[in-house]
Amino acid sequence: MFESIIITIATAATPLLIAALGELVVERSGVLNLGVEGMMIMGAVSGFGVALMTGSPWLGFLAAAIIGALFALLFGFLTLTLVTNQVATGLALTLLGLGVSGMIGEAFIGMPGIKMGNVSIPVLTDLPYVGKLLFGQDPIFYLSIALTIGVAWFLFRTRAGLTLRSVGDNHSSAHALGINVIGIRYLAVMFGGACAGVAGGYLSLVYTTQWIESMTAGRGWIALALVVFASWRPWRVLAGAYLFGAVSIGQLHAQALGIGVPSQLLSALPYLATVIVLVLISRNRRLTLVNTPASLGRPFVPDR
Amino acid sequence: MRKTILSLATAAAALTFATVAAEAKVKACFVYVGPIGDFGYSYQHHQGALDMQKNIGEDKVEIAYLESVPEGADAERAIERFARSGCNIIFTTSFGFMDATNAVAARFPDVKFEHATGYKREHPNVSTYNSRFHDGRYVQGVIAAHLSKAGVAGYIASFPIPEVVMGINAFVLGAQTVNPDFKVKVVWANTWFDPGKEADAAKALIDQGVDLITQHTDSTAPMQIAAERGMKAFGQASDMIKFGPETQLTSIIDDWGPYYTKRVQALIDGTWEQSDVWGGMREGHVVMAPFTNMPDDVKAAAEAAVAKIMGGFEPFTGPIAKQDGSEWLKDGEVAEDGVLLGLNFYVKGVDDKLPQ
Amino acid sequence: MRIELVKRPQHSVLFSALSPFIALALTLVAGAIMFSLLGKNPVDALYYYFIDPLRETWSLHELAIKAAPLILIAAGLSVCFMSNNWNIGAEGQFIMGAVFGSAIPVLFPQFQSWIVLPLMLILGLVGGAAYGAIPAFLKVRFNTNEILTSLMLVYVAQLFNDWLVRGPWRNPQGMSFPGTVRFHEYAVLPEIWPEAGRANWGFVFALVAAVALWFMMSRTLKGFEVKVLGQSPRAGRFAGFSAGRMVFFAFVVSGALAGLAGISESSGAVGHLNEKISIGYGFTGIIVAFLGRLNPLGVIAAGLVLALTYLGGEAAQISIGVSDKAVRAFQGMLLFFVLACDTLIHYRIRFVGARAGAGEVAQNV
Repeated sequence: MFESIIITIATAATPLLIAALGELVVERSGVLNLGVEGMMIMGAVSGFGVALMTGSPWLGFLAAAIIGALFALLFGFLTLTLVTNQVATGLALTLLGLGVSGMIGEAFIGMPGIKMGNVSIPVLTDLPYVGKLLFGQDPIFYLSIALTIGVAWFLFRTRAGLTLRSVGDNHSSAHALGINVIGIRYLAVMFGGACAGVAGGYLSLVYTTQWIESMTAGRGWIALALVVFASWRPWRVLAGAYLFGAVSIGQLHAQALGIGVPSQLLSALPYLATVIVLVLISRNRRLTLVNTPASLGRPFVPDR
Repeated sequence: MRKTILSLATAAAALTFATVAAEAKVKACFVYVGPIGDFGYSYQHHQGALDMQKNIGEDKVEIAYLESVPEGADAERAIERFARSGCNIIFTTSFGFMDATNAVAARFPDVKFEHATGYKREHPNVSTYNSRFHDGRYVQGVIAAHLSKAGVAGYIASFPIPEVVMGINAFVLGAQTVNPDFKVKVVWANTWFDPGKEADAAKALIDQGVDLITQHTDSTAPMQIAAERGMKAFGQASDMIKFGPETQLTSIIDDWGPYYTKRVQALIDGTWEQSDVWGGMREGHVVMAPFTNMPDDVKAAAEAAVAKIMGGFEPFTGPIAKQDGSEWLKDGEVAEDGVLLGLNFYVKGVDDKLPQ
Repeated sequence: MRIELVKRPQHSVLFSALSPFIALALTLVAGAIMFSLLGKNPVDALYYYFIDPLRETWSLHELAIKAAPLILIAAGLSVCFMSNNWNIGAEGQFIMGAVFGSAIPVLFPQFQSWIVLPLMLILGLVGGAAYGAIPAFLKVRFNTNEILTSLMLVYVAQLFNDWLVRGPWRNPQGMSFPGTVRFHEYAVLPEIWPEAGRANWGFVFALVAAVALWFMMSRTLKGFEVKVLGQSPRAGRFAGFSAGRMVFFAFVVSGALAGLAGISESSGAVGHLNEKISIGYGFTGIIVAFLGRLNPLGVIAAGLVLALTYLGGEAAQISIGVSDKAVRAFQGMLLFFVLACDTLIHYRIRFVGARAGAGEVAQNV
């Protein structure tokens, strides 16, 4: 039973993890993209649609990533080239995403989708207790773990990652050193969009294999919170995503066990927990300053 | 000359007839709380509307509808808009439209209003209608008790309103006719429709040992999860067999067609009167999807239960005790509609603590 | 071919005035394209969206009802955003204002007098302000990001309200359905012009608040303080303004107005407190604030335009069968264009040819 519960938690945590990792890279480059919810829902609808039309969930995920990146490109054009306000533009992206996905998705309502099958390795998957958990989940779960490792390695062990972080910390100095600030930010934003798209596709191809409008149900916002919660460090994003998933699933179990706490209080726990952790993390000003990309959200216009 | 007059007269008669027929076309309007594509609650209402139009004839009745209308200040505006645009009869299909329906009805005494699942009829042009969904839950309970080896079913409930409580109680009562110790685990999803959350609830229930899933939420997610885990499940509001070809045992289908046909026809005939209808299986409001994925003897038991209800049996017939053991209904006593419509307690055998 | 931005020495007055209209025009064009792609006649669609709701008096009243909470919330938010504090939790403050204000008719139903309504409105202001003060406090004391805290608190407020109306505050005669008792007549926000339509005094509050805030922002020292701290905290410090106090001010003002909108909505348009009290007004209010370009007077126009799209969406649904999801896409596009056009106010756009280096080919806008 416990293995099954942990797998359920993993399924709940994976979309949050992937979306948050993407946003982490974006914010490390100094851009605040609040449109994660919009990119996720676009990924969900396009992933579902393409998988339905082609019969292949892999193509669905590819489409989700591409659509997410394109959507992010729109955001990038406005905030990086036209230097619009990042907060407002991100919100507009969310709104547009929810609306457009709803329109596209009308054709898909009420249809059973194509599910991505689980991985199956001959001996390992059948191991008692840990077999399915470690070796028998869907491929995107493994992608999420690989992505965590990849992002951490990229940011902290490669020159390119150092460049990206420097852009996020001080875009003026980076520009003075000849680094193409805008170009790097475009790439980061598109990467974030692709991740959000894949996370959204996960919702409609693995989590539930159907399409409903606004099915992201606020997960994009949770992902944003996770990035701050994790002080912009990838492994902490993983911990945060799983913590959040555990609280969400845990409250359902508490209900099924008949624990008499009002269900609304249990449902509110994840959000309250996020606030508390945010407070705890932000209290140490110096620690926060060290980890926060200093240029986050500030507009950048190269002056000649 | 006579031929001309004759042809002119015929033409005039035909024109008058056509005009009269055109004028007599009734406009029936529907306000839905969700998208008609939800394949659940609103979808079934729309199917009922379409059935009504088919039964009465497209030449006699036209329909208009608004979907995804929020239950708040917007509802009143939507209903008023319909009233002003020539609707003769307006069906508001969700409980939350109750006050808005009555408020608009006051301003438009010549338009008929039909409110689903509500209880206020503040003006003579407002009727209410509802379905005895719990008839179907009773049958489900019978099936569940036959099939469940663990003797526990998982119930994904939406909100602790009387309709849902009635459903849980009826389910348990039906199950108890087969297995007096049958148990039910309830999870309150606090939503009518959230596939992700419903899927998680289904998984949590299965992880806690239930081997059968039933739901009072509207998405097909629990059915899909049950299918994945190799369990059986009951569908809700519409036939969900597409989502679980080997999983669905049956589903409670809301069939509003007969009621809509009856009411619109009454309007056309001029015999429409305020009424409060609470129909169940007998009146055709509640239909069970074909019994599938079960052995023949269980199917026979299910059909027997349906026949029992069709023959006049009410699921809430005593002797029934409340959850705390005190007596609620004596032997042979039938629960009153008024009590059921405000039901806020469990019968004996339900292990959940009802959120108050 | 590259786009380059050249900062204007001063804001272009011409574009300050023109940009919302250019944005609207672009949205209409984009909308027309969208409708054509959907197979609908674009002229018809645009007519139903923007003209049809203006044709009848009852519809104008409905416009006022829909716009009132949007304007009220957005006016407060525009001040808040101008000070560079980002209150994304207006939705939560709206709900808490409704909850606080509803306490009187729910807990003291026998208290019936003309003073009930004013008290309810004041409690609404207090409730919203208090709830808005939480993210402010967390930001000032613990340096916590206010966007995220105010957002998380929205969910908490929704669940708290849900628990209240299903539990302790549930109407005992309500057949066990969620929702409080219906407010008695002294507790209902009256309509302004009952014979003509349903518009209630909430609309008047909205207009008064917007004008008052505009006055504050443009003519008083406080307004100056808001703008200076928003654009340059350092300069503000030199001037002796306290950034911490401004955080509280910004959140308390926007929270209070959101709370007032909340209680106005429940006591006016709805008549009691239920679990569906807010359908996103707090978030739409953010859109309206930006559409109004963070100017309280502009917010009035923006709120009316947005309310128009909601009403138009319904009309279009019935008349030509366009789905209601088009409304959200419309609003998103409008905001995008407004933000993009705003760039023209601050910057000049130069198209720089590929042979940039020797002899640039540049066209100025």
